[in-house]
Amino acid sequence: MKNEILRMENITKIYSNGITANKGVYFSICESEIHALVGENGAGKSTLMKILFGLEQPDDGEIYLNNSRISITSPSLAIKNGIGMVHQHFMLVPSLTVAENVVLGLEPRNKGFFDYKKAVAITEELAQKYNLFVDPNSIVEDLPVGMKQKIEILKALYRGAKILILDEPTAVLTPQETVELFNQLMHLKNSGHTIIFISHKLNEVKQISDRVTIMRNGRNVGVFNTSDVSENDISRLMVGRDVVFKLDKNIKKLGKTILNVKNLNYTSETGKKVLKNISFSVRGGEILGIAGVEGNGQRELVEIITGLRNYYEGEIVIDNIRINNLSIKEIRELGTSHIPEDRMVYGVAAQGTIEENIISDRFYKKELNHRILMNIKKVSDISKDLIKEYKIKCSSSKQKVSMLSGGNIQKVVVAREFSSNPKLLIADQPTRGIDIGATEFIHKKIIQLRDSGTAILLVSADLNEILEVSDSLIVMYGGEIVAYFDDTANVTEEELGMYMLGLKRQSHDEIGRVIYE
Amino acid sequence: MNNIFKIIFSTSFGYAILRVTTPILFSGLGAVISDKAGVINIALEGTMLTSALTGVIVSALTQSTFFGVIAAILSGIFVSLLLSYFSLNLKTDIVLTGIAINLLASGGTIFILYLVAHDKGISTSLNSKVIPNVTIPLLNKIPILGPILSGHNILTYLSWISVAIVYILLYKTPLGVRIRAVGENPEAAESVGINVNKIRYIALCISCILASFGGAYMSMGYVSWFSTNMTSGRGFIALAAEAMGKGNPVGTLLTSLLFGFAGALSNNLQSLRIPSEFVQMIPYLATIVGLVIYSIRKTNMLKYKKEVQNA
Repeated sequence: MKNEILRMENITKIYSNGITANKGVYFSICESEIHALVGENGAGKSTLMKILFGLEQPDDGEIYLNNSRISITSPSLAIKNGIGMVHQHFMLVPSLTVAENVVLGLEPRNKGFFDYKKAVAITEELAQKYNLFVDPNSIVEDLPVGMKQKIEILKALYRGAKILILDEPTAVLTPQETVELFNQLMHLKNSGHTIIFISHKLNEVKQISDRVTIMRNGRNVGVFNTSDVSENDISRLMVGRDVVFKLDKNIKKLGKTILNVKNLNYTSETGKKVLKNISFSVRGGEILGIAGVEGNGQRELVEIITGLRNYYEGEIVIDNIRINNLSIKEIRELGTSHIPEDRMVYGVAAQGTIEENIISDRFYKKELNHRILMNIKKVSDISKDLIKEYKIKCSSSKQKVSMLSGGNIQKVVVAREFSSNPKLLIADQPTRGIDIGATEFIHKKIIQLRDSGTAILLVSADLNEILEVSDSLIVMYGGEIVAYFDDTANVTEEELGMYMLGLKRQSHDEIGRVIYE
Repeated sequence: MNNIFKIIFSTSFGYAILRVTTPILFSGLGAVISDKAGVINIALEGTMLTSALTGVIVSALTQSTFFGVIAAILSGIFVSLLLSYFSLNLKTDIVLTGIAINLLASGGTIFILYLVAHDKGISTSLNSKVIPNVTIPLLNKIPILGPILSGHNILTYLSWISVAIVYILLYKTPLGVRIRAVGENPEAAESVGINVNKIRYIALCISCILASFGGAYMSMGYVSWFSTNMTSGRGFIALAAEAMGKGNPVGTLLTSLLFGFAGALSNNLQSLRIPSEFVQMIPYLATIVGLVIYSIRKTNMLKYKKEVQNA
């Protein structure tokens, strides 16, 4: 074992919205090692690293650098202590040159003027020393992502970082760029730097890291020498379930196909292929779950089906009507409901009242209007009924939504979306960040809706939810469907984990079963 | 028509362009700096007006041109602090704050003028000083160019030098690199330990200092008195000049000259038998036309960029 360089002890962080991101986490890294930090979304990796880099303050716990206790209250203090971070979203100034970006904030000076030549020389010297070749005079906005990442690493090194935190560095890279990055990281390690490598990609973790810390639900569930554990071991520890609760479900009564997605391809604004040849269908009375680590195309898929995103290839049919050229309103009129992933952005108008939010999808309809004025009494009655039915805790139907708790805000969304008698419901992370009581309530409502014949597409990163609520499920990885299970009862979480992390994939025929006409 | 050409192609018209350009150029450069720092300085107009009055009053009281100019600049700094404190510390909307400051300056200057000069329109009762004109030796001997370029107010020459100073400040000093970084990606700047608010304070301060030179020029050079709302929109014309000059000091110099041309034309055509209301409209019309052309070009560029990306 090499010398320990940094240790975080008993780190606890509870966010102001009540979510506990870290619970007594112990984390330790050694000199010149590459240490992988893995875990699902929401496992607490990012929070732990934000604490280490001074972006968040822990509620409890200590940080020791070379065995002396330090407190890191700001990123500049972290930098002073030799800790550097390469953020997932690059912190670069696009119109400045590479050299200017590298030295920004610590500019070399010559008689009070900015010494650009020196900046170029510094950049070249660092680039040479650490094998991170960049052209110091290029303008950053013209460079590819891989180059930008190198500049970020150079920035940290120029500030004297000995410990480098890389937050999912390969997420934005091409395979070739990834290989190059790994060579550079090995080089950095051999020159005495320590690298913390956050990732979901287990093959990369195996390939590059010396040790691996696995986090789940805000806890450290194990530290291993990477060579001692297999990818399957890591996957099991990452996605293992903690609490299991059972839902009572009737046997599904299948109706006709409501949603049909055919050969859907989508390339994002940045030119990345986000969805590759997606085909599936959902029948009435069925809950089809989409499992997968976030960022594998689920969000784009949902946004395309609900009309929030355009310019895709392929065909989407809802209840025998092709929706490719329809507006969001027209798609909703077909009987589509949507529980969006981000309830504060797409789900509610936080400054509006409960009533206003509940009628926001139907305010224009005849039954709510008297000629040019709204039928206020009707609006109020509908809202009061829904508040009762969905057990929304509030002082009145005229209360502002922003005053409610997260769970009750979500119930407002659910009440609106479920009460329009949808033929198709798209539920994207319907219970994220809300308490168990509200979660259970929403799950029951989803199943009720299914029993009344609605086709439901459930997207969730929460394995409990996926396995308990959905009838059948597909797994998305890298923008593709990699697995289909027609009965969730026969799926184990280990198996699911392997598909989610890209360790396994089904044959074309197996996946093809998810299409009905 | 012939008369118009006779006016335009005279050396005195060339001289007039430069004379009219000066305050727009100062303010335009001020707009460049604040814009680069990502804080739009709508208060340029109010700053000019405030410093124009301050210059007149203090120079009359002290009987010193120098102290008049210094006071004008100090008043500009005061306005910038007001703007910065509200928009950066108290997080008010900077555009609304700027508008409020402009209204305050518009009414406030009349109020103070009345207190000091006992007149609500003009400060001629005060014996205020003017900043002298200088004849540049050798240059004034050159035919055509001499009469155009020589014999201007000291501040006119300072405004030309300011173009270089602003350029050097933005592109050759550590502060300039930080100003540009803060304006473009404040989070990136913050992540490397730059105090974003501090940089913006400094940028707004420099911006208002430049504008107050413009203001001092108005009342102590262009004319020798302060009159109500004498800046008549020059602060806004300067914002247009900055936008059309693509936020570049040299570009802003060129577009300021364009507006200077429109202004000089408007001044000179008043001697002809064209309705003065129409003639006085020219600089503002030029601003609108200029901004429209600028926007069309910008949209086309964006379209072109997108097409290139898609190809």
